[in-house]
Amino acid sequence: MQVKKIAGFDRIFYFRKKTFLGLLILFGAYPFLVSNYYIDIGFFFGIYALLGLSLNIVLGEVGLFDLGHAGFYAIGAYTTAILNTKCGIPIFILLPVSALAAALFAYMVCSPIIHLRGDYLCIVTIGMGEIVRLALINNPLDLTGGPNGVFGIDFPSVGNIFVIDSSIEYYFLIWVAVALSIYGLSRLQQSRIGRAWNCIREDEVAAKANGIDVRYYKLLAFVLGAALAGVAGNIYASKLMCVSPESFTFWESCLMFCIVLIGGMGSIPGVLIGAAAISLFPEIFRPFAMYRMLVFGGAMILMMVFRPGGIWPRKRGISGK
Amino acid sequence: MQRNKNKVVLETHQLTKTFGGLTAVSQLNLRVHQGEISSLIGPNGAGKTTVFNVVTGIYRPDGGQVLFNDENISGKQPHRIVAKGIARTFQNIRLFPEMTCLENVMAGQHCRASAGLWSSIFRTPGQKKEEKRIQEVAEDRLEQVGLWKFKAELAKNIAYGSRRMLEIARALASDPQLLVLDEPSSGLNDRETEDLIDFLKGLLQENLTILIIEHDMKVVMGISDWVTVMDEGKKIAEGDPETIYNNPLVVEAYLGKDDDSEEEKI
Repeated sequence: MQVKKIAGFDRIFYFRKKTFLGLLILFGAYPFLVSNYYIDIGFFFGIYALLGLSLNIVLGEVGLFDLGHAGFYAIGAYTTAILNTKCGIPIFILLPVSALAAALFAYMVCSPIIHLRGDYLCIVTIGMGEIVRLALINNPLDLTGGPNGVFGIDFPSVGNIFVIDSSIEYYFLIWVAVALSIYGLSRLQQSRIGRAWNCIREDEVAAKANGIDVRYYKLLAFVLGAALAGVAGNIYASKLMCVSPESFTFWESCLMFCIVLIGGMGSIPGVLIGAAAISLFPEIFRPFAMYRMLVFGGAMILMMVFRPGGIWPRKRGISGK
Repeated sequence: MQRNKNKVVLETHQLTKTFGGLTAVSQLNLRVHQGEISSLIGPNGAGKTTVFNVVTGIYRPDGGQVLFNDENISGKQPHRIVAKGIARTFQNIRLFPEMTCLENVMAGQHCRASAGLWSSIFRTPGQKKEEKRIQEVAEDRLEQVGLWKFKAELAKNIAYGSRRMLEIARALASDPQLLVLDEPSSGLNDRETEDLIDFLKGLLQENLTILIIEHDMKVVMGISDWVTVMDEGKKIAEGDPETIYNNPLVVEAYLGKDDDSEEEKI
């Protein structure tokens, strides 16, 4: 088979091992070259990348409109915050616990609504996200601290030997999490599960008629997406040392949605670009903060008109060849 | 009427499906024998596609049973029915447009594989072997329908006739016992139709049984071993193609009553 020619724009971004190595060096060297302020920007870039990856499973791979993803993020963050401050459980142990809590929540909430299609599902997930946020504000069982949230969350540590307490260490923590997620997700994309997800996105009825258990794979996507969002919540909570409901508003869900749409549905490099756009541009355009939303909105419209598939849509070819 | 003595693969017993007040299929008894090509024909709106949708689990029947190899499969989930060995195509081709032709066919093998989340993430030896097998089966099927050259092409980019064959390849990739085709020749030109007839006849060598819905009488007469005729949800006739062709009830259902006899009634 002759190799297909890759035209213009795509040629620049064609993913190759060398590019990957270059990115690795760039991301590794970055925090040593800049001030703490910029390292923190890099950290939040990582958080948004992880959140984007988690929503990309649900929205990008399976095509389920989930506008309540901040709810899962909140569950992860609050699980960490509450169990750490009340019971003193170390953050690292809470990492899988938060992921499980968010996954379990997703399983319970999504089971009854998973058969809904398109915009109906979208509206229910918006409601789900808002219910989580309002529940946190209402301070159930005196656990969540109401609008003030929970304070005094520890640094992640293993005993006293290995403590993550500086910007640079947090930066590496989040990017290791992102790298592991990318590793796992890119393998899933090339597997039977990834194909089943894509089939459901393309044509649900045909997917059913080809032996794909649509309900199971949709739920799996939600559970996995929520678990990753829970991991992001855990790292976020320990970085900020406090969590409050205002970090998990509908706006956060919208940002995650934009990350996936800007980058290209179901495309992992696309998610990274989308996360960069969402987290870095506001910093670059800080002097024009007043016009930020205007520019952002305009950019979204232009994108939808000229590149509706996203900046870096997933290219399909023969797997493994 | 002679019919082969092979065992019955698919049987519907008093099958009924209603939509609101409309009875789409009414107490239908249908039998498909092993190793033959059966056709289900009838005018538009006769309920043929509804029968297919009930048999493949897309709809739940309101009465009666669907028996596949003597096992009651009525009301089962579509993916379970595929796993049992019934694969189908759709009247208005339903592919996965943004996926490659090979990936489309690989989807057919889904129900014959079992790799889960962790084995897919860690690429266990078992998963790798399974992936390889899925790909090989899919490649064989793609070659069988003559679409090898399009294997890396997106399904939405290939021609209409090729899409039909791709859909059949995808159905075949699930290693079915019974292949259910909903109007496979619609939209094909004469030559493509002839190729399709030859192809379907060739499939019988693989120990497959085929049930098709067809409008094109040339196709029906050309390949069917057995024809069942439906009108307004009911079976009005069945038999070998020759008998059906000369059955006045069938002619009436397709062409309407003779004008003269109408006048005489008045």
